[in-house]
Amino acid sequence: MSDVLLEMRGITKTFPGVKALNDVNLQVRRAEIHALVGENGAGKSTLMKVLSGVYPHGTYTGEIIFEGQECRFNDISASEKLGIVIIHQELALIPFLSIAENIFLGHETASRGVINWNTAIAKTQALLKKVGLSESPNTLITDMGVGKQQLVEIAKALAKEVKLLILDEPTASLNESDSEALLDLLLQFKQQGISSILISHKLNEVSQVADAITVLRDGATIETLDCHKEPISEDRIIRGMVGRDLSHRFPPREATIGETMFEVRDWNVYHPLHAERKVVDNVSFTVRKGEIVGIAGLMGSGRTELAMSIFGHAYGKHISGHVYKNGREIDVRTIQKAIRNGIAYVTEDRKSYGLVLIDGIKNNITLANLPAVARNSVINEPKELRVTNQYRDDLAIRSSSVLQKTVNLSGGNQQKVVLSKWLFASPDILILDEPTRGIDVGAKYEIYTIINRLAQEGKAVIVISSELPEILGMCDRIYVMNEGQIVGEMPAADASQEKIMKCIMQQEVNQP
Amino acid sequence: MSAELKTNESSKAAGFNFATVVDFFKNNMREYGMLVALVIIVLYFQFQTDGVLLQPLNVTNVILQNSYIVVMALGMLLIIVAGHIDLSVGSVAAFVGAVAGYMLVEKDYPIIVAFAACIAIGAAIGAFQGYWVAFRKIPAFIVTLAGMLIFRGLTLVMLGGTSLGPFPSSFREMSTGFIGDPIGGAESALHITTLIVGLAFAAIIVYLDLVGRKNSRSFNFPVMSTPLFIAKNALIVGIILAFCYILASYEGLPNVLLVLIGLIALYMFVTKKTVIGRRIYALGGNEKAAKLSGVPTDRLTFYTFINMGVLAAIGGLIFTARLNSATPKAGTGFELDVIASVFIGGASASGGIGTVFGVVIGALVMGVLNNGMSIAGVSVDWQQVIKGAVLLVAVYFDVSSKNKG
Repeated sequence: MSDVLLEMRGITKTFPGVKALNDVNLQVRRAEIHALVGENGAGKSTLMKVLSGVYPHGTYTGEIIFEGQECRFNDISASEKLGIVIIHQELALIPFLSIAENIFLGHETASRGVINWNTAIAKTQALLKKVGLSESPNTLITDMGVGKQQLVEIAKALAKEVKLLILDEPTASLNESDSEALLDLLLQFKQQGISSILISHKLNEVSQVADAITVLRDGATIETLDCHKEPISEDRIIRGMVGRDLSHRFPPREATIGETMFEVRDWNVYHPLHAERKVVDNVSFTVRKGEIVGIAGLMGSGRTELAMSIFGHAYGKHISGHVYKNGREIDVRTIQKAIRNGIAYVTEDRKSYGLVLIDGIKNNITLANLPAVARNSVINEPKELRVTNQYRDDLAIRSSSVLQKTVNLSGGNQQKVVLSKWLFASPDILILDEPTRGIDVGAKYEIYTIINRLAQEGKAVIVISSELPEILGMCDRIYVMNEGQIVGEMPAADASQEKIMKCIMQQEVNQP
Repeated sequence: MSAELKTNESSKAAGFNFATVVDFFKNNMREYGMLVALVIIVLYFQFQTDGVLLQPLNVTNVILQNSYIVVMALGMLLIIVAGHIDLSVGSVAAFVGAVAGYMLVEKDYPIIVAFAACIAIGAAIGAFQGYWVAFRKIPAFIVTLAGMLIFRGLTLVMLGGTSLGPFPSSFREMSTGFIGDPIGGAESALHITTLIVGLAFAAIIVYLDLVGRKNSRSFNFPVMSTPLFIAKNALIVGIILAFCYILASYEGLPNVLLVLIGLIALYMFVTKKTVIGRRIYALGGNEKAAKLSGVPTDRLTFYTFINMGVLAAIGGLIFTARLNSATPKAGTGFELDVIASVFIGGASASGGIGTVFGVVIGALVMGVLNNGMSIAGVSVDWQQVIKGAVLLVAVYFDVSSKNKG
């Protein structure tokens, strides 16, 4: 009977003009990992904000019952007091403070305002041990990788005696082994009686660890699946999320591959701050006309660094090597030159590096190729509107008009704006870095279709992705990268997840 | 989302009714909010000063007193939109004034030579500061704080603690003179040329608005309903003509106002219609994204500082000509009035947002406040308190309206 830890009943939350949540129910039992899945905009984050008190009582209708008590949270600290802790997608750690300082920020171990560092550090050590970190409590956050930072966030939650841990896309920016470690940790917590709510787009992880899965769609609860009754397949979850069978996750592809169009030879890049660290080590690769080439590899293997250094030396120092297009060497020493030579780079981080969020769709699309809508450097506005409206229709960018600010678009539509920008620059070689990160299943399919079309038009396309199924489903040929080197190359027809992982592992073994 | 829907609906409504007017102001609060505030301030002081504020002589005075602030604010707008700040404009204006004093009062150079030299010096100073900000990545706040000290110091060195003056009258004409009246002639009580210039100006503005409206229509963008559009333009034309009438019943259009209108039109064009303007906004909106889109961000930043230097030099020349002497204390505190005008006009402190129209309104708000309070007999001490409060309140409204939208 007291098996139920949390019950949210009939939650309805409206924003001006939009019903974000409509009569949503959620039930989390003790010692359970409960996954919350749904497309972007389905209402997952809103529901969690209601639960954690970000939206205070009175701004929604419905009731929250935690450990048998009805709760009316006015702010986050009220929910934290009861042991509900939320870890947001964007980490809330302060980079230039130490682990210990971060963990006890806001509830310092102090008497009369003076901090007792000995207790703080001793407690921190205990907490770090629990989450499997061996770092010193005095390590600065900025000196740690993202995976470890995520673990510090969790240690911070543990310091608050958590009963229900909410994780919003915790593994979105983690590599496979770090994700694995984090999921293991959740399983350990389960043993200790701590429940977790896991919001994730990575359905393989969800089906791996979850005890129950609640599917949200358009602000309503669609179903709750019990993973102990029957094994739940990814396809089954997707069906719930999109409301139909998505029989093919990738559009069919008929490749017409031509001559070698783009070639990089003996490419070396050093870290911009630590000049002795080689980030890209003697990399050579080719892409043919109409071909989609994948670059697989773990996070931190140097894929993004390789791409950005080719794109106008936008990353790194002491760069050496040669870049050829159609057999002739081209100059890529500045971004302007790289663009002029027909290279486009779609960044992995569209909000920080891809879009001017305070600007509209129109201004973002034309930014990389303004002279094309201008005469004597005066912008021809009717022409600009015509061009951008065309892209809005072609790529089905869902928006009120091309003047809508990009900050208000969903992830998938934002990505389409970034793609439009680079299509308008009419490149011959497109480098797409994590083109579907944080995008829901339906929009992913649309992005894949666009990529296919580009290859069909005879462009050379390079896709960088951490999701192996995506690489396998999209590409004609695959390079595997690890530790800054290319450690394998295979046609997609012969490739499998196991083979790619093996390439990476073998090299790890060979390392002295 | 819902706000946009509303505009759509209101534009479809054919009749002129109260609800559409209210809707219009709701949706354009940011653009017109400060304009409404300006009108209220003007009416308030008109009442408080028993009608002195809008007397022809005083209106002319307000323009002459604030012309150099507006000139510098145009440069500051680009700097702030690009995500930087310039604290040195007052010192640079003073230094340029000192150079002009040396060349014109002590050495008797031809005016045109002195003019060119001063503008070149302004550009060089801008290039110097821009170099440190754009290519050496030192925060603009620090570079221009240093510049503020350096150029104030150099002004003192050049002037040796005394003032230089008087200037040749042809130099002073720029700042204190009025355009001639070949049409009305010297006998006419009203300055007819001024009225004709005003009419032409109003016609141009209405024409441009019509073209813009036609453009929006052809792309199915929401436009104002026809009656509202006519009402808006009638109001604008009315204000321009009333303004010109007031000026015409004194001495006519001041020379400096012509310079000002020319510069305002130029910068409106640059910010709204040109590639370089668009790129400066993108740079301020997200420098990394702009850079990765092939925008030469460092060079652009450098240019905005050169531009600021040139406009600070022009501002310095106008101010010196008006004062008829180059003094060591000239331009003290200008940077604050200039920066305040830009922010009151709705520019964002984090860059990427701000309009020339807003800056002009912002400068007028500050100018009318200064003038009105002086006439009303508010002491200088309290004037500062009130101006500070106005800046804070204006930016607060701007920030809170942004958060809602």
